[in-house]
Amino acid sequence: MAKQSTAQIIGKRLLGAIPSVIGVIVVTFLLTRALPGDPAAFFAGPAATAEAIAEVRVTLGLDQPLLAQFFIYIGELVRGDLGVSLTTGQTVVYDLTTRLPASLELTLAGLVFAIALALPLGILAATRPNSWVDHGVRLLATAGVSLPTFFTGLFLVYVLYYKLGIAPAPLGRLDLLHSAPPQITGLYLIDSLLAGDLELFGVAAAQLFLPTVTLGLFALAPLARVTRASMLGMLSSDFIRTARASGFPPRQVLFGYAFRNAMLPVITTLGVVFSFLLGANILVEKVFAWPGIGSYAVEALVASDYAPIQGFILTMALLYVVLNLLIDLLYVVIDPRAGVQG
Amino acid sequence: MATTTFSHTRYVISQNLITFGAFGLFLILVLFAIFGTAIAPYDPLASNSAIALQAPSVAHWFGTDQLGRDVLSRVMVATQLDLGIAVLAVALSFLVGSALGTCAGYFGGWPDRIISRCIDTLMAFPLFVLAMGLVAALGNTVTNIIYATAIINLPLYTRVIRSEILIRREAGFVEAARLTGNGDWRIMARHLFPNVLPVMMVHISLNMGWAILNAAGLSFIGLGVQPPTAEWGIMVAEGATYIVSGEWWMALFPGAVLMVAVFCFNLLGDGLRDLIDPRMRT
Repeated sequence: MAKQSTAQIIGKRLLGAIPSVIGVIVVTFLLTRALPGDPAAFFAGPAATAEAIAEVRVTLGLDQPLLAQFFIYIGELVRGDLGVSLTTGQTVVYDLTTRLPASLELTLAGLVFAIALALPLGILAATRPNSWVDHGVRLLATAGVSLPTFFTGLFLVYVLYYKLGIAPAPLGRLDLLHSAPPQITGLYLIDSLLAGDLELFGVAAAQLFLPTVTLGLFALAPLARVTRASMLGMLSSDFIRTARASGFPPRQVLFGYAFRNAMLPVITTLGVVFSFLLGANILVEKVFAWPGIGSYAVEALVASDYAPIQGFILTMALLYVVLNLLIDLLYVVIDPRAGVQG
Repeated sequence: MATTTFSHTRYVISQNLITFGAFGLFLILVLFAIFGTAIAPYDPLASNSAIALQAPSVAHWFGTDQLGRDVLSRVMVATQLDLGIAVLAVALSFLVGSALGTCAGYFGGWPDRIISRCIDTLMAFPLFVLAMGLVAALGNTVTNIIYATAIINLPLYTRVIRSEILIRREAGFVEAARLTGNGDWRIMARHLFPNVLPVMMVHISLNMGWAILNAAGLSFIGLGVQPPTAEWGIMVAEGATYIVSGEWWMALFPGAVLMVAVFCFNLLGDGLRDLIDPRMRT
């Protein structure tokens, strides 16, 4: 087999994501049509007359066969038309794009927190198998996946906000005294730094702290578990023994040899971790009144407002496909063998 | 003979104390699920505004909620609903996943390609988001919570069973069964599938915890179970409003019991894995 260049491999992976995207669009379309009752009645709103509903039905193309409806749906997607939210009165695309940065900031912060804790803990546990550190990490990993995120969040709010008064009130991204920094990335932490406003950075970080910890604790468990297992496997392998016997300093053996190789399964696990994070995000956003797309979808659900929910599911699924693709690419970059086998 | 069996049992238990502890906890949960309604000290739905929002006391161990309902009774009664949803969902996705996975692994070729493609499409969604969308689309009922939880767990069972069957497809005992004149379906049902069951028990146990969390999460955001029904997720959601003003018991107790239940299934799964196949241990 001819050895492929990295560019070729990356191109192949990009093509490989297309079936996922098609699958996501088909499933989202089917969910749209499986809505309880008459979609036209839902889109027209509760106060609509029979004529208005009939009119909406024609506009939505609901009087046409399913396949034709599918192509109409694709057309709308291409034009970036996801309908109008009944609760906010804005287009769904506008709502989603204004709220997406809040969700991204929270998810990324949670991920960074989880990785920053999980990797050292996993390595520590693997270098001292059956010690108290090891047992502690095992307990933490099992407890972590058992934690209902919404409950952890509430518990942290009670202890750190109500009892100790350290954390700010769980009411969104900023307190009432501050307004948002000029939008560049949409992530308040970065935007406030770019604007040179350190006070605002502090406020945004304080608001972000509890939701991040809540989300991170949940994502930490699988990462720590895989890091530990993978490091254990590496440390008992032949090439590590050789490196040790050759007299390399322990630090170099641990980080230069074992850790780099042990990272590959951890990166693969990131896909599952993102699935966890994006799901848990919805719950955490509800607990902390975080103005992201998760709480937007929950509000829409309560109001039986279906256009935002469809838009939300599509956005989340596409986001997840993109994240998985990035993980795949990261894997190719780190492990030169990945392309040859694939 | 009896003494060796006894000492062996004692040895196994002493080596797996945590697992047996988790198993004990599991039995307690099952007892609550069956007899919860009968042994609850108060009626879980009886409201009494005279005793609303009382902190835990001798009369009400877990306190009372905003309508004066006894939190302990509600937590006990909710066990049945929460475990019931999880058990049904896991059973459903185990059955369907087994059928799909066995066919995909045994036949290979186009059945495998079609099944794997469908499963990949499910996996392209963040699972909780997919569950949310399914419940929104199918209708906001408890039955649909079960279906949604079953569907998002389907990829796990299908994939694991497919790969386990694939390993054993060419094994000697399968060849022997074929040579003695067993048909494909009989080989799959009577020879291959029972062979995979022990491994699947581990996954079922770990998956139960995840299914309980998922169902409780859905009802926390207002899907499925509707008030005033007692259910852990919805009780935490109701208590959430009061936690910032200091009434912690309404959310803490159902949340803690939920956590203990999930923890119990996870420990049980880990323990089973160590017993069945120590190599799978991570």
